[in-house]
Amino acid sequence: MDKNKNRPKYLNLLKISMPITAVVSIGHRIAGLLMVIAIPFVIYAFQLSISSAAEYASVKAALNHPLAQGILVLLVWSFLHHLFSGMRILLIDIDVGVSRSAARISAWLVYGLALLLTILLLGVMR
Amino acid sequence: MTEQVASGLRAWTIQRLSAVYILVFTLYAGAGFASRGASGFEPWVTWLRDPFNNIAVGLFILALLFHAWVGARDIILDYVKAPGLRLVKLAVLALVLIAMGLWAFKVLLTVVIR
Repeated sequence: MDKNKNRPKYLNLLKISMPITAVVSIGHRIAGLLMVIAIPFVIYAFQLSISSAAEYASVKAALNHPLAQGILVLLVWSFLHHLFSGMRILLIDIDVGVSRSAARISAWLVYGLALLLTILLLGVMR
Repeated sequence: MTEQVASGLRAWTIQRLSAVYILVFTLYAGAGFASRGASGFEPWVTWLRDPFNNIAVGLFILALLFHAWVGARDIILDYVKAPGLRLVKLAVLALVLIAMGLWAFKVLLTVVIR
């Protein structure tokens, strides 16, 4: 038993080849955290957007700034990835798609759809 | 069932219930905005003043706060092991989220009352 305790650990996440399910799971957490950080900025934009037509226009103009656009892309992806990944988790909760192969397919779907829809949605918003 | 198990189950349930509400609200609001051609200040405020919509938004704010609480709480519990620091971080998170909720409700109320 002592020998086991001294076994070297090798957990360099950048060098381990992670399965897609793990990538989607970590993505879910990162996306969630990014959205929590965004909460005060979103409420501030909400506050401005309802105060007057001029303020509404100023929010719209601010969102056209390249930096804001970059953050918007990140948040749109965060929302979509978190939403799809969350739906995947809810389905697994009710015993849908639990098998390893099904879980891998659904993980690829979440990952791909989130990226694809982010690109499509930003194209529409322009 | 021990206290700790019950608390975990409660968090798990809150996370799922709020997730379902957020999903339904997103579909409802998304469909509403997509189907209406007009955008801009007036349509936006009119949409928010609709009694059904502003209650739905209010519930969305509540669901989002509970959801964010469980999610961010889980992150803190995973990475912050020292009990004292953990308590401080959880307390700060709770206060910030409650403050965000009050702020969001205040903004929503100004639209509804005006």
